[in-house]
Amino acid sequence: MQSTINSGDTAWVLASTALVLLMTAPGLAMFYGGLVRRKNVLSTMMQSFFILCLISIQWILWGYSVAFGPDVGHLFGNLSWFGLNGVGLTPNPDYAPTIPHQLYMVFQMMFAVITPALITGAYAERIKFSTFVVFTLVWATLVYDPIAHWVWGKDGWLHNLGALDFAGGTVVHMSSGMSALVVALIIGRRTGVPRITPPPHNMTYTLIGAALLWFGWFGFNAGSAVQANALAVSAFINTNTATAAAAIGWVIIDWFVTRRPTVLGAATGAVAGLVAITPASGFVSPISAIFIGLIVAVVCYVAVAVVKQRLAYDDSLDAFGVHGVGGTVGALCTGLFAQKIINAGGADGLFFGNPHQFAVNAVAAGATIAYAVVVTFIIAKVLDLTMGLRVKEQDEAIGLDNTQHRESAYTLID
Amino acid sequence: MKLIIAIIQPHRLDEVLQELDKKEVYLKTVTNVLGCGRQKGVTEVYRGVKEAGNLLKKVRLEIAVNDNYVKPTVDAIVRGARTGNIGDGKIFVVELAECIRIRSGETGKIAIG
Repeated sequence: MQSTINSGDTAWVLASTALVLLMTAPGLAMFYGGLVRRKNVLSTMMQSFFILCLISIQWILWGYSVAFGPDVGHLFGNLSWFGLNGVGLTPNPDYAPTIPHQLYMVFQMMFAVITPALITGAYAERIKFSTFVVFTLVWATLVYDPIAHWVWGKDGWLHNLGALDFAGGTVVHMSSGMSALVVALIIGRRTGVPRITPPPHNMTYTLIGAALLWFGWFGFNAGSAVQANALAVSAFINTNTATAAAAIGWVIIDWFVTRRPTVLGAATGAVAGLVAITPASGFVSPISAIFIGLIVAVVCYVAVAVVKQRLAYDDSLDAFGVHGVGGTVGALCTGLFAQKIINAGGADGLFFGNPHQFAVNAVAAGATIAYAVVVTFIIAKVLDLTMGLRVKEQDEAIGLDNTQHRESAYTLID
Repeated sequence: MKLIIAIIQPHRLDEVLQELDKKEVYLKTVTNVLGCGRQKGVTEVYRGVKEAGNLLKKVRLEIAVNDNYVKPTVDAIVRGARTGNIGDGKIFVVELAECIRIRSGETGKIAIG
């Protein structure tokens, strides 16, 4: 197939790539940074920022090859694209026929960056920085890259099965969210939890972070059309619609349960909506997007406010509660609400007469959960026994900013 | 009447407040302060430049009590704040000349409780 570079598509995907970068830093860095205590804000923001640095290099060297390189047994790519060998500026028709192959590569890089950054919410305020670096690199290589290959790689097994995942609900949100729960359980609760719940130290950061995530997510979802076309517009509108619906839904629940509409509820609801619409954004109508937003608000609220409290695990910033649970809701809802009239390249979902699609998406969700849980468990256990995941109790009490970085975010005087 | 001033580690505040609650000491003032004792503060590094002797963040509690409450209050603070490490802080007990409740104008023993 002859492919030529289209300047409109190239411009849009370049801009989208920068938008997705913005989600990690400063978006996620601020969202999470505001939720921790004053003594840990730098370490938390550093984790997102440093993952951006680490995965940028990992992806160029071997990450892109493992995820998108020539297929090995439908499970992962081989290393023949190591160091971008053979990944040039002419389009690769298997992935994106109208933009340079390297542009597709760097667009995907930003997805590979934000995924491990989402996990940082689960082990915030207690992980050793050195172990964090190793964990991130190993996790990206052994968990993210293979799952990305299953879903998006040429000849990946979930891709061949016909699972619908427009922008990465399974690959990004379920894989990170499920892994987050595993790491939270292995590293253990922060000192004092659940007897005391450490309060967010700066909710203005958190709200700004949520707004930046929302903004950057247009690149994430609408950019995933990999063309500047009608499909991108559809994904853009669904993204905005589901996010607004989920934020409103969460605030209404808040209003009933705690008698007050909370700011953190609006921010968390918005992020849950973004997560849930991600796999569905290119396959559903705006009305369906409203339903998806409302459904995810209810389910994630229960996960975060009821289940977490009852089981007393310390998924500190709700990486599992929002991304793991919300991602699963999104993957399943895609199998319910997808419509071929919206995207001819997709399929109809259960509500439009095709129960098979729901089954396929459920299989994809189940396989992602199983693989992420098992491999993350092994990685975290091995690192815990060798390097140690957790800082000393005294260091945790003083805070990671001082003990891990010898800096403090705020001064009291001056 | 005595004024009890305690300088404690910030991360022990929750424990101290709980211990005080148990002894029914509910009235207190808490402030963020900076200070250092014999360890002479902490070191921080900015762009490769070491800044030694930065003051440590501490929390200051002020509690005015009647004489029979002095010992329970001091004991509660020690129980909550002690980790056994350097930097656990100090408690000062000073005489209190007078106490006036602004709303009612009451003074002395009644005004404290």
